[in-house]
Amino acid sequence: MGVIFFLILFSISVALIFLAAFIWAVKSGQFDDKYTPSVRILFDEKNSSSNNKTQTSKRDS
Amino acid sequence: MKESVNIKRTTCSHCGEPVDIERDSELNFCCTGCETVYHLLSDNNLCTYYDLVDSPGTTIKNSLERKRFDYLIDKDVQEKLIDFKNAEVATSSFNIPNIHCTSCVWLLENLQNLNDGVLQGTVNFLKRKLTLVFDTRKTDLRSIVELLTTIGYEPDLTLHQLEEKEQQSIPRDLWLKLGVAGFSFGNIMLFSFPEYLNMSVSDSVDTFKVFFGVLNILLAIPVLVYSSSDYLKSAFAAISQKGINLDVPISIGIVALFGRSLYEILSGTGAGYFDSFAGFIFFLLIGKIVQKKTFEGLSFDRDYKSYLPISVLKIVNGIEQSVSVKTLSVGNEIVLRNNELIPCDSILQSDSTIIDYSFITGESTPVTKMHGDPVFAGGRIMGAQSKMLVSKKVVHSYLTQLWENDGIKSNEQRDHSTLADRISPYFTITVIGIAIISCLIWLYIEPSKAFTIFTAVLIVACPCALALSAPFTFGSATNILSLNGFFLKDIDGIESLGTIDTIVFDKTGTITDSEKANLTFIGSPLSEFDKQLIYTTTRNSTHPYSKKICSTLKEENISDLSPDFIEEVRGKGIHSSYKDYAVHIGSKSFLEDSIGSKINTSKRPGSHVHIAINYEYRGSFEFKNKLRVGVQELIEILRVNYDLHLLSGDNEKDADQLSKYFKGTDNMHFNQSPSQKLDFVESLSNKNQKVLMIGDGLNDAGALKNSHFGIALSDKTSSFSPACDAILDSKELRNFKTLLDFSKDSIGIVNVSFGLSLVYNITGLYFAITGHLSPLVAAILMPLSSITIMVFTTFATRLKARKMGLKIWA
Repeated sequence: MGVIFFLILFSISVALIFLAAFIWAVKSGQFDDKYTPSVRILFDEKNSSSNNKTQTSKRDS
Repeated sequence: MKESVNIKRTTCSHCGEPVDIERDSELNFCCTGCETVYHLLSDNNLCTYYDLVDSPGTTIKNSLERKRFDYLIDKDVQEKLIDFKNAEVATSSFNIPNIHCTSCVWLLENLQNLNDGVLQGTVNFLKRKLTLVFDTRKTDLRSIVELLTTIGYEPDLTLHQLEEKEQQSIPRDLWLKLGVAGFSFGNIMLFSFPEYLNMSVSDSVDTFKVFFGVLNILLAIPVLVYSSSDYLKSAFAAISQKGINLDVPISIGIVALFGRSLYEILSGTGAGYFDSFAGFIFFLLIGKIVQKKTFEGLSFDRDYKSYLPISVLKIVNGIEQSVSVKTLSVGNEIVLRNNELIPCDSILQSDSTIIDYSFITGESTPVTKMHGDPVFAGGRIMGAQSKMLVSKKVVHSYLTQLWENDGIKSNEQRDHSTLADRISPYFTITVIGIAIISCLIWLYIEPSKAFTIFTAVLIVACPCALALSAPFTFGSATNILSLNGFFLKDIDGIESLGTIDTIVFDKTGTITDSEKANLTFIGSPLSEFDKQLIYTTTRNSTHPYSKKICSTLKEENISDLSPDFIEEVRGKGIHSSYKDYAVHIGSKSFLEDSIGSKINTSKRPGSHVHIAINYEYRGSFEFKNKLRVGVQELIEILRVNYDLHLLSGDNEKDADQLSKYFKGTDNMHFNQSPSQKLDFVESLSNKNQKVLMIGDGLNDAGALKNSHFGIALSDKTSSFSPACDAILDSKELRNFKTLLDFSKDSIGIVNVSFGLSLVYNITGLYFAITGHLSPLVAAILMPLSSITIMVFTTFATRLKARKMGLKIWA
């Protein structure tokens, strides 16, 4: 029966990881704009310049 | 002042520069470079770029244009526009109303290809907002704004924006609260399952019970402390002000649920109701998120600050300097160009200019002002640039005074209590009454159970479903309305819309279309050749009347002649010659001067443009405002059930045209100043009439804000509109009656779902009073009632909308 305690604690910690992921997603602003990313994913990125991803500063408010 | 007009004016289809060699095709380019860019864009389906503005690719070449953005060098201005800054990078966001398609997103997010100082661009499409990260060593704010303007995306920089930062539509912490509640709800439900199924394993019962109990308490604490904090705080605030809102019974339920469950688990008498507790908060928060839904990109609370520009060109020692309008003081000399707004009351210094006051007065005809005339803030300059002398500071101007009017400020007194708030005192008292009575009865029958019954009643009577009815019905109705071009500021607006009995229309721009005037020629009919002459003459003028005549004639397929000579006398008229013919078009005095004799014009009211060909008077074009499509029918239907009024800042030239719709002339009021409009709406409100005001311009702003429900009519929902409760797309005005009826019907749906949730409450009370409220019953009953309400309201509103012929899918 002891295994059940272990399983429950394990499952709850997995769930906590997902909760943490959700909190991170909200805090990083992923819920602020739920429309534009759906458009952005359709763009080709082949001609992007080299400095595209080098400096991206995060903006949290 | 006389001015010669360039006769041939073919411009490049890409950059708007003049073209030397004209070609047969529709498209002309000044250089191969422009042609390449054009084809590049057209091959990639980016041609909508050219529809954005009248002159795409406006270049900021001359120094005068450059000065426009000089104020962006100013440290104070920069500080307000830049969100974040360190030694190397800075972040700044701009509102760009021109963002209107996915290509715009593409172009703006690839700005680093046009300016290597830009590191990253992120567009929020719905808010029409661009956030840029840029390298302060390589570029500055001014260059970026100039670049944006060059490619046709001029940021909307106004005083308003400088003064306050906007708020997020759905606050992030609401999502977090929902997430925490959902997490706990799911897990507690899982741990309570053995209890539901009565799976008590004989040997290790106690260990499991304690283990699950402790876990449930641990999971429920964040829900109580964090997720439900808004409800508890709101209820506490209401009680300390000796009032009761819907949050009071909700909070009683929350506290009863938590307290009872905690007691049961700690005392070992039961499993508690933590699953119901977490589920209850979870559903409530979903309702709250639905309620908070707003229309991003629309602005409902604009005041005069968002209309005025940030900066203006001031002349200091003969040199033009760009300064913030706030720093202007009496006696300063300023320069305004075509299409710019006058920031403060001034005295005109140039010889003459044309000013469009439609923004503040609603009068559709631009007026001509001469040297020394006073001009008022809010007017828009049309034509050449003009110099003026500031006579009042911005904060003391006519426009600003209008805004500071007492009536406008006192809008808080309007009662906006919702149905749910109105019934909650009765509901709360009834629930507490039932709880006490059943407690007393059980004290008599079986005293040990009395406390259990008391808390059970409080738990089960918790108005979760009741609290969800209004947000879900109105949320769904608001969505449907927005699909049909009617955007509400907040979902509670539907309730106030339902009580309307009086409708006040503004005339200019609301029921008449200011873009389309009816043009009729009065006088002996014109021959084809006469029309050609007139067309040719007016084609080269920028005056709004010339443009109107020109576009009307163009519809008749009048061909163009090439005149030998054209001359425009500003504010008076236009004169041209072609072979032996001389054409004069303009005001009465202009024609009398050029013909050299008095002329007899028709006595009809309204605006006229007179025509003379070869010094012989031929007649005049009369401008009459045209009603919007479907407005006649709309007024016909509305007058059956509503008291209709018309307010107009314009003169009475359309009175006879409109009187048949407004029960004679008594309900029509002309030549109304903005403050008269405000007073009129107020006088109706004082007679206890619920006034709905529909207007479009700044001149209606006071009346809109003071009415029970103000609707701003807008041709472009993305462009500005005065403070109001809702924005209506002008194309949908004809369907307004249907939209109004739908709003009223959705209140009926709320009432039905109130009834439904009361049925659930009574069923629950039966279980509670008889002492049969097991955790299982609570766990089924509470989510079931919430889900029933959500499903019922969503389907009922959509069904209703479909029956009424409204769009229900995007």
